[in-house]
Amino acid sequence: MRRRFVFLVATLLIAAPCIIAQDEAIQAPKSIAAGDAFAIQTTGSGKAALYIVGPNQVLKRDVDRGQSISFAPGTLHNAGHYLVILKTDSSSYTSEVDVLPANAPSELSFLARPSRLPVGLHDGITGAVYVFDAYKNLITAPASVSFELSNPSGVTQTHVVQTHNGAALTAMDSTQQQGADKFTARVGDVISTRIVGQVPGDPCGIKMSAKPSGQQIELETEPLRDCSGNAVPDGTIVTFTETYAGAQTTADVPLKRGIAQVAMPAHNGAMLSAASGVVLGNQIRWETH
Amino acid sequence: MNKGGLLAAFLMAATIVLVIVGTIWPAPSALAYAGGQHLFQSSATPEDAVNSLGQAIQAKAWEKAYSSLANKAQFTEPQFEHDLTGYYSSLLTYATLDHFDVRPLHSSADNADMQITLYWSTVVGLAPVSRDIHVTKNGDQWQVTWPVAKQPVVPPQVIPVNYLRWDVIYPGAGDDWGTQDVEAPHVRIVDMHPVQRAEGVVIMGELLNEDVVPAYVSVSATLLGKNQSPIATESSFDKISHLLLPKQVTPFLIRFPDRSLAGVSGIRMTPFSTLISASADPVIEIDNEHLNPAPDASLTGQLINQSGQIANVAHVIGTFYDKSGQVVWVADRYVDTALLPQTPVPFSIHIPEDLARTISSQRTTVATYSEGGAL
Repeated sequence: MRRRFVFLVATLLIAAPCIIAQDEAIQAPKSIAAGDAFAIQTTGSGKAALYIVGPNQVLKRDVDRGQSISFAPGTLHNAGHYLVILKTDSSSYTSEVDVLPANAPSELSFLARPSRLPVGLHDGITGAVYVFDAYKNLITAPASVSFELSNPSGVTQTHVVQTHNGAALTAMDSTQQQGADKFTARVGDVISTRIVGQVPGDPCGIKMSAKPSGQQIELETEPLRDCSGNAVPDGTIVTFTETYAGAQTTADVPLKRGIAQVAMPAHNGAMLSAASGVVLGNQIRWETH
Repeated sequence: MNKGGLLAAFLMAATIVLVIVGTIWPAPSALAYAGGQHLFQSSATPEDAVNSLGQAIQAKAWEKAYSSLANKAQFTEPQFEHDLTGYYSSLLTYATLDHFDVRPLHSSADNADMQITLYWSTVVGLAPVSRDIHVTKNGDQWQVTWPVAKQPVVPPQVIPVNYLRWDVIYPGAGDDWGTQDVEAPHVRIVDMHPVQRAEGVVIMGELLNEDVVPAYVSVSATLLGKNQSPIATESSFDKISHLLLPKQVTPFLIRFPDRSLAGVSGIRMTPFSTLISASADPVIEIDNEHLNPAPDASLTGQLINQSGQIANVAHVIGTFYDKSGQVVWVADRYVDTALLPQTPVPFSIHIPEDLARTISSQRTTVATYSEGGAL
């Protein structure tokens, strides 16, 4: 134990002059904000080269020792740990600078998923925000992000979330009304907006009517709506089926102007039905008198 | 002379000899392609007459085939050609005749009835087309009376079509990272059923597009071994309707040849969907669908194009269910003629004999291709 203590003290005594020499040769700020102007003070005399080495960036300046070297705003803009080296003909001195992200947010990366979903889904919409400064450094200091989802009729959901390590996440419910909802994320006065399409769900029911048309039956659905009352969009397939005497006739018909219609052969005693996806409609037995 | 020179001289001499032999005694097929007449058999018997006609059709020697017919006064040569290859663009338009079979049905001293089955080689495989033909004796030669199918005539008219169409705009190259993309269509496998067949493992089921936009879909399956490691992966290829409109359902069938379910501990299903520009037309009605029992079990019916647009190729897929409503088989057939507006076109899908008795219901879907459009 005693030998270890003696070794530690000896090491510190040997290293101390070097540390002092470094401090004397370069005086750099411990940390600066990304893009800020700063200065490095050197001591001694004679010519030297000053290197600053950091993430994606290397600077070199020829300097006269003993002067203060100024760096303009924006010189160091990538956040990270930088090494400062003063190199003379006979020796070199080092120091370190931490470049921190600027505190003022300038840009948000806003990932909103999905871009289209059915109405009435709990936590169906997720938003993730990453906060960046003007130099695209991720701001890791906590910040308040306000998420807002508003539908065309003005109904708004708002969640306020603190960023953690530069990111904030939230989940929102899709509303009961179809339409293009505006999903915004705001940090300070920086806003990013996404559009989330809320589309009708499955038809709540299918009501079909039949009427004779010459040798055929004209089948037509009532306008299809989901269980929230939204009109099912045109193009949705309705499958009409006619079953008669061991045979069958089918047609996949797209909704046009809200309804689906088709003409099928008239067979006495035929059973007529309609379906869309996994939703079944009413059945009609066709009787001719 | 060194060895190389000797070999060269020998090759030259052999080439000259073979050219002379080929010119004096040409192979029949070579002669036919060179415009000669000796490829086709004589017509000394009814079979010879039908065979000769089949060979002429195979060689696309339309003039020769037409001139050999007994009833050529009833139609023109172009009508005869179109009767075989279609009046409108269809599967047969770019097909060649791979081979043909001739089967006698009835014969007497100067009349015979034969059946010729033409196996057309199309982009989706062999398409067999059968014709019953009458053959009559004319002097010492037999001649075929060709049954030209009357091309249905669509009366001139204007058919109003409210085209419903979807187009897709994707993010541009200059958009930032994180820019919102258009969501892929949401599809769901609503039924899946693996079975062991003699040829291997077959997985079948149904896929639903539960979104409000059209989807290009496919399904792949991976068989997992006892230690959950993948054994094999296959996809549905063309045993599926790849274009699904909103709320439309397609069957799918995936084959794993020479695999056994005994060595499978699990199956990983992977449905794939992507947005696709599509049109909701044409609407095809499937009329008079019949399940015909074994032997020769089949699903037959008629396709009726209810739109004004001609559908050049139709792919009919039948989904067959047992009494409990479970999918027991998926089979398909391409229709080799174009679907004209309001003109019925028959189809027939073969059902395996061993499954025919278990099938109690079916559902038929049709995918169509129109020139300038998509499946």
